[in-house]
Amino acid sequence: MEHISENRPIAIQLSGVKKRYKLGQIGGGTLQADLQSWWARKRGKEDPNTIIGQKERLVGSTFMALNGIDLTIYQGEAVGIIGSNGAGKSTMLKLLSRVTAPTEGDIDLYGRVASMLEVGTGFNREMTGRENVYMNGAILGMTKAEIDAKMEDIIEFSEVREFIDTPVKRYSSGMYVKLAFSVAAHLDSEIMIMDEVLAVGDMTFQKKCLDKMREAANKEGRTVLYVSHNMNTIRQLCSRCVVLNKGKIIFDGDVEEAIKIYLGIPDSHDYPVHYNLKDNERFFGRGTIIHINTFDFIGKETAVFEVNEPVSFMVNLDSIREIQGARLVFSIKTDEIRQIGMALSKPFNIKKGDNQTFVFHPDISALAHGKYCVNFEIIEEDSTGNYRSYDNPNARIFIQLENEYAHGIRWYRQYWDSVSFPEFEVNQREV
Amino acid sequence: MQSTPYHIHISSKHSFFKLNLKEVWEYRDLIMLFTKRNFAVRYKQTILGPAWLFINPIISSLIYTFIFGRIAGIGTDGVPQLLFYMTGNAIWNYFSSCLTRNAHTFTSNAGVFGKVYFPRLTTPISNMFTSAIEFGIQMILAMVFLLYYMYFGAVHPNWLAWLAVPAVLIHLGVMGLGFGIIISSLTTKYRDLSILVGFGVSLWMYITPVVYPLSQAGDSIYKTWLLINPVTAPIELFRYAILGQGSIVPWALIWSAVFTLVVAVFGIMVFNKVERTFMDTV
Repeated sequence: MEHISENRPIAIQLSGVKKRYKLGQIGGGTLQADLQSWWARKRGKEDPNTIIGQKERLVGSTFMALNGIDLTIYQGEAVGIIGSNGAGKSTMLKLLSRVTAPTEGDIDLYGRVASMLEVGTGFNREMTGRENVYMNGAILGMTKAEIDAKMEDIIEFSEVREFIDTPVKRYSSGMYVKLAFSVAAHLDSEIMIMDEVLAVGDMTFQKKCLDKMREAANKEGRTVLYVSHNMNTIRQLCSRCVVLNKGKIIFDGDVEEAIKIYLGIPDSHDYPVHYNLKDNERFFGRGTIIHINTFDFIGKETAVFEVNEPVSFMVNLDSIREIQGARLVFSIKTDEIRQIGMALSKPFNIKKGDNQTFVFHPDISALAHGKYCVNFEIIEEDSTGNYRSYDNPNARIFIQLENEYAHGIRWYRQYWDSVSFPEFEVNQREV
Repeated sequence: MQSTPYHIHISSKHSFFKLNLKEVWEYRDLIMLFTKRNFAVRYKQTILGPAWLFINPIISSLIYTFIFGRIAGIGTDGVPQLLFYMTGNAIWNYFSSCLTRNAHTFTSNAGVFGKVYFPRLTTPISNMFTSAIEFGIQMILAMVFLLYYMYFGAVHPNWLAWLAVPAVLIHLGVMGLGFGIIISSLTTKYRDLSILVGFGVSLWMYITPVVYPLSQAGDSIYKTWLLINPVTAPIELFRYAILGQGSIVPWALIWSAVFTLVVAVFGIMVFNKVERTFMDTV
């Protein structure tokens, strides 16, 4: 584990933290059922509350949501936590924000914690925005004087000034979230814990929140812990990332590396150039008229290209019909999740017969450096402009583009994402 | 960067005797806000608003006067019946609302408790303040009647004993709070108790001298039984101060005080234990 163990003071330390949950119904639900079970056990009889066919009562089985977590976070770090559903992310945040206590282990927090497991916690629908700011601020640990001092900033940041004296039940969900986020963001806390709070609110506000959080971490030296399924916000905010899986930390360190592990993307040394797609699963009866067999990048050992390097590939297919004006759709995603664009081949003709090979030269020079996942399909347009898909092999072809510089400047993916348009003309206007 | 003065240690081990009262004090503003909210929210979108605070005790005192005073003919030690029931009602409501409000602390606040940490004890304490303010408002009304009856010489309060009234309030409030939080701690797992609370408290009123004075029991064994009920002695003391009629029984007062202390300390201990993990079972 290579992390930045600078000489900074520790903000959060977890040692050997475990959290056990009981599965199934907790308790009998009533004292009567529990007493019944107890009495039956006492007399050596069968527990009347046992689910038939099960050896033990469901109450007996447990589940380790966190299974031995050791983690040290230093002051001023912005740490992302990722993992699939049920990996233990929320449990970890719940323990850190002291909503529930660990079953085993110790947690040390050096600083006040502002936790936002859900925005608007403690908002009372009947009270006005202003009343709720006081309420929410106090719940998060501010005194009335502190809230008074920050009230202007909070209202300003929240963008709901006109509605601040209206009961929040009349708010739209966006306004609600904006107000709640501004309260938490203006808290004088050394540690901020955020759980997907940015999933709500409009794009502009999301950006504002991210900026605020980044500022908190970078300028004010606050520690930020951020859980999200949105890899881009993780990229933008975090300097370090922890991957959780089945209650354990499986990776801790560089953000890109962590995202790669979480998404299960292969390592850079295996970007194969050859794909056998004959037996891939097809949906909706595709692959019957035309059936794609193989995909190969031409002239490469691995599918790692320089930005702007020409890319060529060939596709081998079988066809039971002659098709005039077929086209190939080359569709590009980042990280297997987010579609970013598509390149379309010129029309070509397919003859009837097996083992035909076509060579394509897509122009993907607009892609910035990074890793992409590609799929392709063969289509035919009809006269109305709709298209029919003959075959879609559901391929997962990984390519990597290298060179962090585009048009001579360093390309920041976290700000500009994946598409780098061609340089454009400029001239001075004659007066 | 300087190291911060705040350090929180969370351990899987829990000490029963760590009451965290200092932290509760740091959140005193929250207690105030919760108290305010309890009032603000209840009377939002009502026509009569806070006037309900007066309407409630007036109607119930009138009904009590009618049922217990006129029909059942229970004596009131010479105190005007309306005033007797009004003050009895006020003090009993104070105690019972401290208890019932807090009996649902965990279940009704699960939403907030599950998302953010603050000392949970702030909720029951603010509930106690809410009940105390309601009591104060009811007593303002009772004072009007008291002055009226004093003018006609029908009541003679023991002014010196009024000094004991705040003590009685703290005493009953803490006892109600203690019972309430014990019940709420137990109901996180078993909901049965919350059903019991509703009718249990209304039955409790009948074994407490609320609609009758303790003197009605004479010197029989029933009087001792009534005095074992820890609410009896403080209520009689209260009545002695306000209305000038009531029995002061020293052993019962001491018993009640000891009882309250035990209930409160035990309650807070259980509460602090339960608050750590109740989110997993509630």
